[in-house]
Amino acid sequence: MSGMSLFTPLSWNDTGFILTGVWNTVIISVLAIAVGSMLGVIIGFIRAESGKFLNMVLGSLLDILRSVPLIIQLILFSTFIGAMGHPISPFAAGSIVLSLYTMAFMGEVFRSGFESVPHSMNIAARSLGLTAWQTIYHIRFPIGLRSVFPSWLGVALSVIKDSALVSVIGYMELLRTSEQLISRTQQPLAILVGIGIFYFVISYPLSMFGKRIERKMAA
Amino acid sequence: MIDIQNVHKSFGDLEVLKGIDLKVEKGEVLSIIGGSGSGKSTLLYCINAIEGIQDGKIIVDGIDVHDKATNKDHLRQKLGMVFQQWNSFPHLTVLENAALAPRIVKKLSKDEAIEIAKKELIHVGLEDKFDIYPTKMSGGQQQRLAIARALAMRPDYMLFDEITSALDPELVGEVLDTLRILRDEGMTMICVTHEISFAREVSDQVAFFHQGIIEEMGPPEQVISNPQKEMTKKFLSKVL
Repeated sequence: MSGMSLFTPLSWNDTGFILTGVWNTVIISVLAIAVGSMLGVIIGFIRAESGKFLNMVLGSLLDILRSVPLIIQLILFSTFIGAMGHPISPFAAGSIVLSLYTMAFMGEVFRSGFESVPHSMNIAARSLGLTAWQTIYHIRFPIGLRSVFPSWLGVALSVIKDSALVSVIGYMELLRTSEQLISRTQQPLAILVGIGIFYFVISYPLSMFGKRIERKMAA
Repeated sequence: MIDIQNVHKSFGDLEVLKGIDLKVEKGEVLSIIGGSGSGKSTLLYCINAIEGIQDGKIIVDGIDVHDKATNKDHLRQKLGMVFQQWNSFPHLTVLENAALAPRIVKKLSKDEAIEIAKKELIHVGLEDKFDIYPTKMSGGQQQRLAIARALAMRPDYMLFDEITSALDPELVGEVLDTLRILRDEGMTMICVTHEISFAREVSDQVAFFHQGIIEEMGPPEQVISNPQKEMTKKFLSKVL
């Protein structure tokens, strides 16, 4: 093979490059799931507890985040921040947007969980002398959180896949890594199959972990 | 002593309690009977300060329950309550259910709380259920757990709100047996109940509620066996 070729095939030298992509996908997904879940618990609790007006305002804001495609949110946000004269790294912009997007879905998940705890459970706890906060912490939170674990897992798994979209603003995660490799090697089939396997390898432990937790809770 | 003086309670425009007066001395068992909507359950909720009142007073051991200065969380430690729905905490084992409040409300050590919880679970006959989750138990067992959970706070009074109404008929007996044990030990109790023959058997006093007032009150031999008021006779003829 002549050294003049425009394209160079995939080689072991690309391992580091690919693993960086894997790592970047993992890190932005974990961050978005963690931050999104924490904010989601707060949002979900406020929505479960609050009156009609606050619920309507919060609900509409969340609806925007949930219904505008993630790819558009990413482009709009990073463009807007750039236009304001404070450009931030693709990682920072991607993390913020993906976290808020995750929060919007997690908020609904947790709200349904908190609402599923019957009011009579509160009264039973209060009648034992628990304060309002003790009741929230020891009764409503643990019961509400448990009941939504399967839905939480579903959202978390989809966030890992959605993180691929952060590539559009230049974050070098798994998908963008693969695009660059494809344009260099012209071996799309092998690379996409390989990348698909990597997404599976990232998601599978989470899904397994989820099944184990669910079994434990059922016991 | 629980001293209820001229208590009025409304939900919106609907007046549910229209001037209730009664006293329950230490060691006494009071049963409250009456049709649905007569206000009997509402009164229990008012004694426990779960519901507020519009007029009158409820005094428990000298504490004015609805006074703004009263610490209601603290007061509720004196008043154990069991509801129609047992509301077991599904994320905790039977033992943890009973140990939770002693642990976090009374701030007992884990060992002390567990010890009290075990004692009360044995008390209600659940000694072989410590480590299972309550959702695996029958309604009768869960209701006995609810009683043990309340007793673990070592209350001075127990309030029972139709605790057998949601149970399958064959499970009612085991729960009533538990109440008989408490009566024999001298626990002060107010039982809102539809179990008329049980009320006749265990009560020192029976109050018949009708449309928010006490229509008739006295020892069970009078109110249940030989009622004086027309309304009482009519009610009893329907339920007995």
